[in-house]
Amino acid sequence: MSQPFLIGEAMTGGYGGGADILHGCTIAVERGEIAVIVGPNGAGKSTAMKALFGMLDLRAGEVRLDGVSLGATSPQERVARGMGFVPQTHNIFTSMSVEENLEMGAFLRRDDIARTIAQVYELFPILGDKRHQPAGELSGGQRQQVAVGRALMTQPRVLMLDEPTAGVSPIVMDELFDRIIEVARTGISILMVEQNARQALEIADRGYVLVQGANAHTGTGAELLADPDVRRSFLGG
Amino acid sequence: MDLLNALVALANFVLIPAAAYGAQLALGALGVTLIYGILRFSNFAHGDTMAFGAMATILVTWGFQSLGLHFGPLPTALLALPIGIAACALFVLGTDRAVYRFYRRQKTSPVVLVIVSMGVMFIMNGLVRFIIGPDDQSFADGERFIVNAREFKSWTGLEEGLALKTSQGITIVVALLTVAVLFWFLNRTRTGKSMRAFSDNEDLALLSGINPERVVAITWIIVAALATIAGTLYGLDKSFKPFTYFQLLLPIFAAAIVGGLGSPIGAIAGGFVIAFSEVMITYAYKKVLGYALPGGWEPDGLVQLLSTDYKFAVSFVILIVVLLFRPTGLFKGKSV
Amino acid sequence: MSPNLRITGLFALVALLIIGAGFLQSWNVALGILNMGLISAIMALGVNMQWGYAGLFNVGVMGFAALGGLGAVLVAMPPVNAAWAAGGLRVLAGLALAVASIALAVLLWRRMRPSWTRGGAVMALLFAGFFAFRAVFDGGVAAIEAVDPAATGYLGGLGLPVILGWPAGALLAAGAAWIVGKTALGLRSDYLAIATLGIAEIIIAVLKNEDWLSRGVKNVIGLPRPVPYEVDLRDSEAFAARAQDLGLDVVTASSIAVKLAYAGLFGVVLVALLYLSERALRSPWGRMMRAIRDNETAARAMGKNVTRRHLQIFILGSAVCGLAGAMMTTLDGQLTPGSYQPLRYTFLIWVMVIVGGSGNNWGAVLGGFLVWFLWVEVEPFGLWLMQTLTAPLADGSALKEHLIDSAAHMRLLTMGIILLVVLRFSPRGLIPER
Repeated sequence: MSQPFLIGEAMTGGYGGGADILHGCTIAVERGEIAVIVGPNGAGKSTAMKALFGMLDLRAGEVRLDGVSLGATSPQERVARGMGFVPQTHNIFTSMSVEENLEMGAFLRRDDIARTIAQVYELFPILGDKRHQPAGELSGGQRQQVAVGRALMTQPRVLMLDEPTAGVSPIVMDELFDRIIEVARTGISILMVEQNARQALEIADRGYVLVQGANAHTGTGAELLADPDVRRSFLGG
Repeated sequence: MDLLNALVALANFVLIPAAAYGAQLALGALGVTLIYGILRFSNFAHGDTMAFGAMATILVTWGFQSLGLHFGPLPTALLALPIGIAACALFVLGTDRAVYRFYRRQKTSPVVLVIVSMGVMFIMNGLVRFIIGPDDQSFADGERFIVNAREFKSWTGLEEGLALKTSQGITIVVALLTVAVLFWFLNRTRTGKSMRAFSDNEDLALLSGINPERVVAITWIIVAALATIAGTLYGLDKSFKPFTYFQLLLPIFAAAIVGGLGSPIGAIAGGFVIAFSEVMITYAYKKVLGYALPGGWEPDGLVQLLSTDYKFAVSFVILIVVLLFRPTGLFKGKSV
Repeated sequence: MSPNLRITGLFALVALLIIGAGFLQSWNVALGILNMGLISAIMALGVNMQWGYAGLFNVGVMGFAALGGLGAVLVAMPPVNAAWAAGGLRVLAGLALAVASIALAVLLWRRMRPSWTRGGAVMALLFAGFFAFRAVFDGGVAAIEAVDPAATGYLGGLGLPVILGWPAGALLAAGAAWIVGKTALGLRSDYLAIATLGIAEIIIAVLKNEDWLSRGVKNVIGLPRPVPYEVDLRDSEAFAARAQDLGLDVVTASSIAVKLAYAGLFGVVLVALLYLSERALRSPWGRMMRAIRDNETAARAMGKNVTRRHLQIFILGSAVCGLAGAMMTTLDGQLTPGSYQPLRYTFLIWVMVIVGGSGNNWGAVLGGFLVWFLWVEVEPFGLWLMQTLTAPLADGSALKEHLIDSAAHMRLLTMGIILLVVLRFSPRGLIPER
């Protein structure tokens, strides 16, 4: 079986010296696919994603990108290696213009970024219209687009999104999911944590249901949606 | 009634001095606001940083003067300024290395950093007094006036003279240039934008691969340059005395807070608001009113709202009013 | 090492240092250090209440201390009847007008609905009030200051015993703290710092310029004393006989006796304050204060009125600083507004609190003594150091002269280094909070 593109295997650990939050949890995403982490509150969904991104110390297990172990590399280093991360909150530079946000996303790049910016504007046309506006003045959905756009500027091979639809209206959520599918079609792997489990699983190639820091159910999005156990406990029947 | 003369008197005694003072305060407040935005604490040592930079510039100026090096009609201090800036930058980078960096790594709370900056303030204050002494130092040379009062009177035939001191002209020109360069740097260059990004959202800046130590070092260098320029201009315009620089801390902080801490444009606006209020409220309007009012209405008293000794009270009251009614300042600053 | 042993040891060390100064320099110097050390310790206690108990960042100690000094003057100096007759009532009326117009403005602000009219009305009222105040006030001031300006030119005081001036000084400082606290508390910590820094400068400016009140830079001298005068002691035969028994020269003995008497008075105040502070800190009130300091949000959620508590402790701490300021003016026998410098009267006190150990009363007291000792002794030590270092240089060389002349400024440098070293390596101070 071929290696998944990004995998966090049997991860165990927590923040600093605190208690473990993850217990042998495994998350993986294939090239160009969408993987979604769902689960009840406090299940360690965001923590699992942060572990993949090197934001907490693992006591066991390891994270491999394209078959190479990442060891204890810093989040910045992981960005340089092709991982993009969109935090749940505070994910844009509010006082800077949309275009400057994108430029800062590409801070590590030394080549010409104009093409990537154009691609982001193609993906999110509204951002192109508002390129000179301070990002903090945009609506919630537009802000999320800026946040995703900023992460895309490093031309990542995998994009990680922490609850990208938190606090946006259902219409905006659908729109955002459409865009995320578009991003995945360009060959970028997507890993996201979602509260809106049903909608997220509908677009997911692979779903992970976490309970108390461990894998409870794993399968394709459709499988999980069909699984009566998952339906009963997480999807409200 | 003689409005023209009244206007000239007002310009001579209020508008021009206040503009020069405002430019000096604005440069000082810019330094405070940058430190606040990037390093996230109120730097109590800023007044003494200005004194230190000015001192370095003065020492170099004296060296140049003794070598017979002059800058034509302009003060030699302008030639010495780059060296003064370099010396000040080296010193503040040294304090960052030796003092602040440790607390940055520990993620200490801002108020502890303020106390730390008090320690740095003592050291800088002591060093300046140790090296150059606590007394007044004069280092201005070159032409004293761009326009002098007597010439102005003979040109215009007006009763009132208008003087524009070289130091005032230089202050305004240099401050304009400095601010223009600073804003170009912050808004147009990659490094400048990375500083703004770091000030806006530190975690996201780190995620974007911005190197915090580099941002901090560049900030200190810019702050040293601003402080040295502000200190030297103030010294040229008024006089250099270490203690006055310490006292400038209050109007400078008032300017930065009134403008909105962390906002560069606010710092500039705040500097002028404070300077104009200080000068206008403590100026005795007897002469101006004497010209402006119809004959027989001239005031008997000085028509001075407050004695000049209370100029601190003016910055203070403005500060309090702004804090009470608009805590983030005129241009929305940070409120950590 | 148990905490108590550590405290005892450190205090013994400071005592040894002061006694050492007595043997090596003179007992006059040692007792001078002791007396100012006692006053510094009280100021440090005041700052420690605000910072250590409640986390309030007050850098206006200088102003409160100076107000305390004014309190001592207003109570102890004899009244100048001619000045009162010339313009006393007029000045008081002016001040009353000012207070009334401010009170009216506040009332108007609260009563009227928010609108531009309200802003305009309040502004107009304040403007009119200001000119009315100046019209009444200025004439009174001029009349008072014209009364024998070389000797008086001010209203004088109440002519009461100077000891009564101490609580009066505390009250004045408390009043100023109430005004500052009402406006600036509840703001962020560094805003409070800037606000207190400003108020201190303003208080000093008032003392320097309002000659009718404090004689300004002409200084008030010859403040009555709570202890005997050296001259009287020297003239007393009984005292001379005692001095001889002890083998002391009468002049030295008299000045030592006076200093000892001061030390006794100050010591009583310090012990009383320390006792009260310790009791307060251990009481439910003290625990609540520290709970608020450590987590304001949680304390607020538990129904504590944080702003009120902060105002309370801010006033208390400032009053203690005012008390110490009054004691200092009494010790000096004069009020010299020109001599108040923030580095010496505000930031040095902060060094004391941080070095001693913020949050711990014993620490603040220790810091007061220790840092004051260093402040005094660094100067002669610096001079000695410079002379030793420059000994190889030729006499009359410019560098040598400059270094020796500048030795006095090593004080500030040393204080900065001490503060930074303590903050870095022992951030909780010599006697940490328990």
